[in-house]
Amino acid sequence: MKTSKQIGKPVSRLEGNLKVTGAAKYAADYNESDLVHGYIVNSTITKGKIIAIDESSARKISGVIEIYSHTNRSKLPWFDILYTDMDAPPGTPFKPLYNNQVLYNGQPIALVVAECFETSRYAASLLKITYEEETFETELMMRLAAARNPKKGMATSIKPLPPSPTGNFEEAYEQADAKYEGEFFHGAEHHNPLELFATTTIFEGDGKLTVYDKTQGTNNCQIYIANVFGLHFKDVRVLSPFVGGGFGSGLRPQYQLFLCVMASLELKRNVRVTMDRAQMFTFGHRPQTIQRTKFGASADGIVTAIHHSAIAETSHFEDYTEVVVNWANMLYPAKNTLLDYKLVPLDLFTPMDMRAPGGSTGLHAIEATMDALSYELNIDPLALRLLNYSERDVSADKPYSSKELKACYLQGAEKFGWSDRNPEPRSTKRGNRLVGTGMSTGIWDVIALPAKAKAKIDREGKVKVTSAVTDIGTGTKTIMTQIAAETLGISISDVTFAYGDSKMPLAPIQGGSYTTGVIGSAVKAVCTALKKKIFRQAKKMKHSAFKKVKFKDVVFEDGKIFLPNKPNSAVSIKSVVIDNEEKVIKTSKTNIPNLLKIKQYTRAAHSAAFVEVEVDEELGVINVTRAVTAVAAGKIINPKTARSQILGGMIWGISKALREETLTDHHLGKYMNTNLGEYHIPVHADIHELDVLFVEENDEIINELGSKGVGEIGLASMAPAIANAIFHATGKRINKFPIHFDALL
Amino acid sequence: MNNFSYQKVSETADALDQISKCNLTQIIAGGTNIIDLWKYNLIQPKLLIDINGIEKFKRIQQTEDGGLFLGALATNSDTAYHMEVEKNYPLLSRAILAGASAQIRNSATNGGNILQRTRCYYFYDAASPCNKRKPGSGCPAKNGLNRMHAIVGTSEDCIAVFPSDMCVALAALEAVVHVVSSVGKREIKFSAFHRLPGNTPEIDNNLQPNEIITGISLPPEGFAENYSYLKLRDRNSYAFALVSVATGMKLENGLIQKIRIVLGGIAHKPWRVPEAEDFLIGKNPTAVNFASAAELILKDAKGFGDNDFKIELSKRAIVRNCIMAIHPETLRPGAQPSL
Repeated sequence: MKTSKQIGKPVSRLEGNLKVTGAAKYAADYNESDLVHGYIVNSTITKGKIIAIDESSARKISGVIEIYSHTNRSKLPWFDILYTDMDAPPGTPFKPLYNNQVLYNGQPIALVVAECFETSRYAASLLKITYEEETFETELMMRLAAARNPKKGMATSIKPLPPSPTGNFEEAYEQADAKYEGEFFHGAEHHNPLELFATTTIFEGDGKLTVYDKTQGTNNCQIYIANVFGLHFKDVRVLSPFVGGGFGSGLRPQYQLFLCVMASLELKRNVRVTMDRAQMFTFGHRPQTIQRTKFGASADGIVTAIHHSAIAETSHFEDYTEVVVNWANMLYPAKNTLLDYKLVPLDLFTPMDMRAPGGSTGLHAIEATMDALSYELNIDPLALRLLNYSERDVSADKPYSSKELKACYLQGAEKFGWSDRNPEPRSTKRGNRLVGTGMSTGIWDVIALPAKAKAKIDREGKVKVTSAVTDIGTGTKTIMTQIAAETLGISISDVTFAYGDSKMPLAPIQGGSYTTGVIGSAVKAVCTALKKKIFRQAKKMKHSAFKKVKFKDVVFEDGKIFLPNKPNSAVSIKSVVIDNEEKVIKTSKTNIPNLLKIKQYTRAAHSAAFVEVEVDEELGVINVTRAVTAVAAGKIINPKTARSQILGGMIWGISKALREETLTDHHLGKYMNTNLGEYHIPVHADIHELDVLFVEENDEIINELGSKGVGEIGLASMAPAIANAIFHATGKRINKFPIHFDALL
Repeated sequence: MNNFSYQKVSETADALDQISKCNLTQIIAGGTNIIDLWKYNLIQPKLLIDINGIEKFKRIQQTEDGGLFLGALATNSDTAYHMEVEKNYPLLSRAILAGASAQIRNSATNGGNILQRTRCYYFYDAASPCNKRKPGSGCPAKNGLNRMHAIVGTSEDCIAVFPSDMCVALAALEAVVHVVSSVGKREIKFSAFHRLPGNTPEIDNNLQPNEIITGISLPPEGFAENYSYLKLRDRNSYAFALVSVATGMKLENGLIQKIRIVLGGIAHKPWRVPEAEDFLIGKNPTAVNFASAAELILKDAKGFGDNDFKIELSKRAIVRNCIMAIHPETLRPGAQPSL
């Protein structure tokens, strides 16, 4: 079998068998013999001070080892910088058990450590905590007057603030022939990966710790732990070989990691701390956001004026930001724009990136506004997008590194049968149900970051490539194996990609759809470096056919090196390694993106979603009966895992548009539906026909692989397409997500 | 979860004996609700009595009067898919299968289903006030999150909803609950089993602390010809009803001879208004007549904000479901037939 084409093959997940048979071990699955268990106690008030903690009943329970709170915690540094992780927004990071201040409802305020989990949970229920409560505000709508510009910080480079106004929006809007003005709202959402956050800390002695953690960044947690607890980096090893979903929730070290490590260091024992489902609602979340749009167009359908503003919640201690309002002008080249993004601090934990952060929020408003405009103009919604199609990002005055969005529109529309549509709202019925179709554009940026990888080949011809990166279920292990195999011209079965271990070469946190591009480029680079080393060795071999040959002139294929025009020059890689004195060849490589080059371009993945809904108008019941999403994301390394990513994004889009919301009681200042029974995500019965297609897109700018990543792009376009389809079905434009069936009564 | 003693019993007498031992006993059957409540620290039983060994409670069998007896320990799944139930009481089968998930139905029992607690967010959060959980502490739902809450039969103290689907059908079928205690057997009409909250919302039903449910009997009439169960909720499966309707109907010469209409998801018990049923007797089964009946059923309905929509939705659901009882499936909402 030819080994040269591994990229682009639908390889099944290499670790799939381990996962479905239960052999894969997650952070809470490491059962050391003398393990003790910590259970977290969370504040039941929203704001104020802890006056007293009565531990007497809890301490009487047999098996309780220690109870930690602000009164007896380890001595900790107070410098913010030491608590600042790779994804920390500007501000003062939350420091667990730091003092008696309660900043939000559900804040961890104590840890009860006991010989078994049940004992720790029961003892935790016996703590009697006295608070002094203060008034609070958790409702965004009540504090809009307090909206202010976000503070700038490290994150601003990846999440730019809105560009300055261009042209004269007010005048252009005034003169526009068609207008739509909308207000859009969605409440908080929580990530809820299936795997609960958990940490198992193995106390190795000599100041060394081995930490199994649920995270999207092993190095991020390693650095955090070393900084906060004053340990040497090399003494802290964080492993996360399997992650049961992340969606952004693991981009920052969560507080169970802190509590678990603290208890382990204090007790000099192996400790596990696991959150329960309700505790999964006590840290980052997608922020409540209110958006306003005003788009104006000329009678021939050219969008001339774009106003898009957003006000989002943040905490009182950090300024979490998202890119919500920057997208419209990247897509539609209006000359008059007014974009604004502000924050309102509330008595809640800092929000955090959740799949397509900002993008899925902003595109809802943008694409629903475009849809509304199309009806005002009496122009087909897809035709309106094509009329305003731009090959250039006018908002940054740069060309796109590649942009096959038009192909997404056309191929998606073809597959969906968009042209069969009667443009009139409420025009189509199936039985007693109204049928509507809607579409939306999706966009997500491509981020380039440095990353390092190592590779070695042994005398058996087996290659091991390593990176500290995690695989949050996206298929990273499989994809990296494919990239390494193709680069080296060997079979997938001869490659092991080892990952999820902070001892391995430094990797950024796994998010933003950039892991394939960033780590994949590092893997390609290190494997290319390995090939060169193998080739140099091959040249040294007796009777080598390559003595006067340059590296660029040979081919690596089927485990052999040869000159393309001289098949009998072939020598197996294995024999080269054996010829080498050490019987192994290894190398490492840090791949640094060429920022000077790539910064000349706007780099983004695109998508177009087409959705059909059926609405039983009398009862309001809405079903997404079929959907097609067409994606332009550069080179697709693995069409199978990529398709799964897009399907997951589409299902999340259904969730976002129709199901999902964290219900907050603003009188109590707390989230109330903190379980998967009442936090409604779609079930099988909600999901009908979904189809994914990838359009050809060649991009030689973004990275070595030409791959843009597919983690977010499937979600970005889905939810607005559903809202637009509901309008087409019913003539009702509902701008508040999720759209519950009673909104249509 | 507190430490506790565990006792498995295989005879009714042993179970009754164990209940009387202390006042912090808890019977466990399927455990699908008890374990939740326990983990949330809402109950702290000292003695857990496992009655799953009482084999005779698992039976489903015909009664002498031509009805059917559903053992308290028969699972929801076994009941829903039982041949006699599917044939003669399809309304019950449909209602059961509209509830929970396949896994839960496989574990949950009939006795447990009728004893399940409300799903009110505040009831489940030990840190929140709740008159049902802690009498006198207040009811934040009235001015808070009440999308799932009651619109009829509410009180100052409580607006919680009884969440069962199965019981909505049992109420329509006029089932009878059979209980036993150390002093003897007793039968409770289904309409008298669950209570309205009044000023004692902590008491869900009229089962006494020393009693055990042995089973539920169904009368011969199962409305197998004209029936329908409609459940409206926030997703197509595994969500509690915001409004559900069970309709059983008998037609004679095209006119309504007998009809039962019971609503779920809107009250502290399955909601039935006999006056509305009487109104329909002898009338044509038309949308207009069903709409008039719906007005009677909802005449005292009152919303609390988030749940205001339930009043209109209930009326529409009644009409739709009664029509569906005559024209099965044709008007069922949803992309694929959903329950």
